[in-house]
This record gives sequence, C-alpha cells and structure tokens, in this order.
Amino acid sequence: MIIIFAAAVTTSAFVIGIQLPAPVARVDSRLVATPGATIFGEPGVRELAPHHLEARVLARTWQFDPREIRVKVGDTVTFFYTSQDVIHGVKLMGSNVNMMIIPGQVSRLSATFEKAGTFKFLCHEYCGLGHHTMYGEVIVEP
Amino acid sequence: MNFPRIAKYTGWHLITAISALGLGGLFGLFQVLDHAGIDLYPQLQSVGVQSYYQGLTLHGVLNALVFTTFFITGFLNFATSHVLKREPGVPLLNVIGFVVMLVGLLMATVPLLMNEATVLFTFYPPLKAAPAFYIGLTLVVVGSWICGAALIATWRAWRKDNPTTRTPLIALGSLVTVVLWQICTIGLAVEMLTMLIPWSLGLVEGIDPQLARTFFWFTGHPLVYFWLLPAYVSWYGMMPKQAGGKLFSEPLARFSFFLFLVLSTPLGFHHQYVDPGVPIGWKYLHAILTYSVFFPSLLTAFNVAASLEIGGRARGGTGLLGWIKKLPWGDPSYAAQNFAMILFAFGGISGLTNASYDMNLAVHNTIWIPGHFHLTVGTASALSFIGISYWLVPMVTGKQLFNRKLGVAQAITWFVGMLLMSNALHLLGLRFQLPRRTALGASGYLTPEMTPFLIEEVIGGIILVTSGLLWLINMVGTVASKKKLETPLEMPVAEPLEPMLAPKWLDSWRPWLALTFALILIAYGPQLYIQISQAQSTAVGFKPW
Repeated sequence: MIIIFAAAVTTSAFVIGIQLPAPVARVDSRLVATPGATIFGEPGVRELAPHHLEARVLARTWQFDPREIRVKVGDTVTFFYTSQDVIHGVKLMGSNVNMMIIPGQVSRLSATFEKAGTFKFLCHEYCGLGHHTMYGEVIVEP
Repeated sequence: MNFPRIAKYTGWHLITAISALGLGGLFGLFQVLDHAGIDLYPQLQSVGVQSYYQGLTLHGVLNALVFTTFFITGFLNFATSHVLKREPGVPLLNVIGFVVMLVGLLMATVPLLMNEATVLFTFYPPLKAAPAFYIGLTLVVVGSWICGAALIATWRAWRKDNPTTRTPLIALGSLVTVVLWQICTIGLAVEMLTMLIPWSLGLVEGIDPQLARTFFWFTGHPLVYFWLLPAYVSWYGMMPKQAGGKLFSEPLARFSFFLFLVLSTPLGFHHQYVDPGVPIGWKYLHAILTYSVFFPSLLTAFNVAASLEIGGRARGGTGLLGWIKKLPWGDPSYAAQNFAMILFAFGGISGLTNASYDMNLAVHNTIWIPGHFHLTVGTASALSFIGISYWLVPMVTGKQLFNRKLGVAQAITWFVGMLLMSNALHLLGLRFQLPRRTALGASGYLTPEMTPFLIEEVIGGIILVTSGLLWLINMVGTVASKKKLETPLEMPVAEPLEPMLAPKWLDSWRPWLALTFALILIAYGPQLYIQISQAQSTAVGFKPW
C-alpha cells in the first residue's frame, strides 16, 4: 500500500508534472517595494506572449498589491509573490496555486484559467490582527 | 507497589498539565463560536484577551505545547519507575527538570497574557514576540531534556542492578520517546538560541525567515511523535492488560518503537511543501520518507487491535466482531483510549493526504489541517492522556476516582464532539478552501452553503468543551475527595501473549541510533548546509497585532 502511494506521488511529480514552489530568486524585503530595485517595485500584470501573462504581487500587512488581476479565459498566468514584512500565504480558489510567501524569497506557480468568473486569492498564513481581511481577486473575462 | 517520591513528582506535572488543558481548551470554544458568527471577543477584552489571535495563541501554546510536554514528562517517568520497580535514579534531575519547565512556562505566560506574544504556537519570524516568550519556551524544552535525563538515569540504575534482564517494553517505549525528543529538539534549540532570542533581544537586526522555518520543522514533525509515542506506550504496554488480554506480539512492538525513532525526524519538509526556499527534490524525498513512517503506524494498529481482541475473547466475546461488545467500555480509562484509537484511524488517513506532495496543494493551510490534528494530537494523544489520568491521578493521590460514570460520559462526549467538529473542519477546508487560523466570523469568506458545516463545527466544539469540563470535574473531585483507595492500585502492565525471545537486534540501541543520525544527515544535511551558507538575515521584526 505504501508502495502504491509512493508510486502515485512519483507519477504526479514526474509524469503529470504537478508543480510545487521552488527557489526562484532572493530579494531583500526591506528594499523590495522600491521601484527599480526588484521586479516587485512595479507590481502588476504584464503580457509575455499571447495568452501568457506574468503577475507580480507584493504582499504586506494586510493587502495584496495589486488586489485585482484581470485575465482572459485561456490565459496562463505565472504568479510571482513576495512579502514586504511578515510571512503571508496565498491560496487561489479553484486552482493549485497554494504557496507560502516568505520575506526574502520569491514564490512562483502558474495557473491556466479555463472558466470565466471571479476567483479570490486569500492570505492563508496568520499575519496579524487584520489577517482575515487580506485577499485579492483574479477576474477571468470571457 | 508504592513509590511516594515519583508519585509526588508526577503530581506536580499533572497539576500543571491539567490546568493548561483546562484553560487552553476554553479558548477553543470562543474560536468555534466566532466561526459560527458569535463574537465574544469584545467581552473577553475586559479579562485581558485582546483578540481572536491572542486567544488562538493561548489555545495552541497551552494545549499543544504545555499540556503535552508536562503530561508526557510526568507520565513517562512515572511509568518507567513503576515498571522497573524503583524510585528515580537521580531524583535531583526530576526536581530540577520540573522547576526549569515551570519557570519557563511562567516566563512565557507573562507576554502571552499581556498580548506581547500573539505569534501563534509556531511563532514564525519575522513576527516578533517579547524575548521572555522565546526564553521561556526554550526553558520548557531544556527542562523537558532534564526530565528525559532523569528517566534515562532511572533506567541506568536499574540496568546496573539487572545487567542481563531485557528492558521491559514500557520502559523501552519511554526511553525511545525521550531519546527521540532529545535528538529532534536540536532544530528548535538552534532556532531559538542562534536566531530568535538574539534577534528579539535586539542583538542582531535581521533574521532569515525561511531558515527559521526549516529549523522549526526539523523539530516540528518529530514533535507529533513525541505526543503520540506516550499514547503508544499505554496502548501497547498497558491497555491489553486493561482489556483483560495480552500483548499480541511484543517483538513487533519493540520493532515499531525503534522504527519511530529512526523515521520520525528526517521528514520535516513535508510541512514545507509550498515553501519557496526548499528545492522540489528534497520535498519529494521527504514525501517518500513520510510514507515510510506509515509502516510502524500500521504495525501498531494491527498489533494493538489483535491484543484487544485477545482481551475481548478472554472476557467471553465470540464471533467475528462479538468480542468488541465485551471490551471493558464501562472503564473510563479504557473507553477513552479506545475511542482515541478509533478517531486516530481517520486522523491517519487525513495525514496521508497532507503528506502527499501533490494533494497537499489542495489542503495546505486550509482549515482541513486543524481538522486533521484535532484527531491526532487533539484525540489520539489528548484523549489517551485523559484516559491514562483516570488511573494515574488516583494512583498518585491515593484517592478513588471521583466518578467512573462521569469518566465514561466524558470519553463518549469527546468522541462525538470531535467527530462532528473535525468532520466539519475537514470538509470546510477541502470543499470551500477556508483558511486555517483565521477569524472567519469577521472575514468576508463565509457563504450560505457553508452554514451546515459551520453549525456542525460549533455543535461539535460545544460538546467537546463540555467533555473537557466533565474531565476537570472528575480530576478536581478526585483530588478533593476524602475517599482513600481501599486497596493500592497497580499500574496496568500487559504481558506478552507468548513470552518468546525477541531477536538480539531489538535489544541493542547502537544500530538504531546510527541509522537515525545517518537518515537525518542524508535528509537534512545538504539542505541545511545550503540554507545556512546562503542565509540572508535581512528580515526585521514586526508586531502587527
């Protein structure tokens, strides 16, 4: 049974290609919001190629910047997150995007949006008194 | 047999542990009420609890860290003394250990109550608490090491007098637990002494939060086996006797304990699957190692179930399942622990989900996780410890248990309350992806389709807190009672079904310790080297509460 479980995990990792966050880059959380210092100096969404977008999101107590990310159905978005202060987390509803956001580190995962709608992304790590008010939205337009 | 010295020391541990669970459990009530939309925190401010998160920190620290550590160090020293039939080998160690733990607890409690340490029981930097919180928790761990050394000293004294006798299973399980604890807390000690304490004192400005998490989880996962193994000492070494049976296979029980020693530590990255600073290959390795620890867990499940069946049949049970009815369900100590086992099976299943590198993405940091660990530490450990307290407190005080029926009612209500609450938490996490440790009542995340589950959660939580109250009444009632025990109680000690000799390799510590260190070195060595050499201590502290 244990071997079957291990085989299932191995298949998902190497055959289906389920991705987990892994080291991308290091940043200095004290400077991360300074324009020009890092990619998070100008947070937001940019198009890399048709249907391929990159979203750079800066987390701080208790908001995501940008708070709203607009994409179109069929777009694949690579999300980059970092934190300017304490540890945060992000879970994008209805997707496999689930990461810790740790000061000094850059968290990266991708998602493809097949359906139109509004999907919240929540902070899922305790980050202080206003933790439960910290969320943003991905709006997927037809 | 009566050993007044160890009884006295154990009494100190029990008073602290019972008080901690009593107070810590109460905060759980306010949490489930908040989730159901009943916000009592404004009223709590008048008694000094400023927020949901301060209450949650108290709940986690008192229940998961204080109750467990004080109970375990007390119980294991007691069990070892009684099974080896002698008072502590070096009593001073028991006294110093307890005093250091208590001083640490008091030091950590002050900032907790003053809202100066609202950092939850994981205290991830750069959330920055008052230095007394970190120093206090460190002292609790140091004190627990000394209590562990006390246990080893008792065993060594016995070994000197009994050079050829095999160490009894209860003593072996206790030894494995404290040795595991001494080894695995190295991670926490390094985090506290080289990072958190100097940083909170202002001696260094910055900290590397990723590295701190790695050290934390080095200790954080084996911590759950530190909680669980004392329950296994009782399940293997005592419960078969309480059930009227015998231990099905003693060699297999010894083998399981050693496997837990070897396999508990080198798998902490499964708590860090979604950390950005840990490479995927290491996460994969720790996922596979996590599955391996499932093996001794299943050995335990089958071995203990077979032992209880022997008991049920010895009591006249027949047929495929008829023996279950004959088990001593009217004995609160037995009933509590058997209920704990049943819920633990579900906890094991959700644990396998969390351990799965890929499925974890669906549940990481959702409220599914507290659903899981309320079945494991919150039931398998806590309800077993409660079950043990039904004979241990009478033995320590020399008084009769206040009310046996109340004890059985307590065991049933814990089972029902936890079943409801944990089922609701699992489903809220899996279906609605609600985040854990979040003041949900004050958030905008709740939708009408979650209502049935939130109601289930709050009903379960209320039943659970009621159960905790029944236990407290029984404990206080026993201590305050004037009814002395008519005949002295003996600690239940299960005999093996067949007194067969276990193979020699189950008696020697050396190969197991070597394997333990080798696996830790393989699973952690390279990553620790890289994370330490590339550490960037740039995160300054924050107090956003």
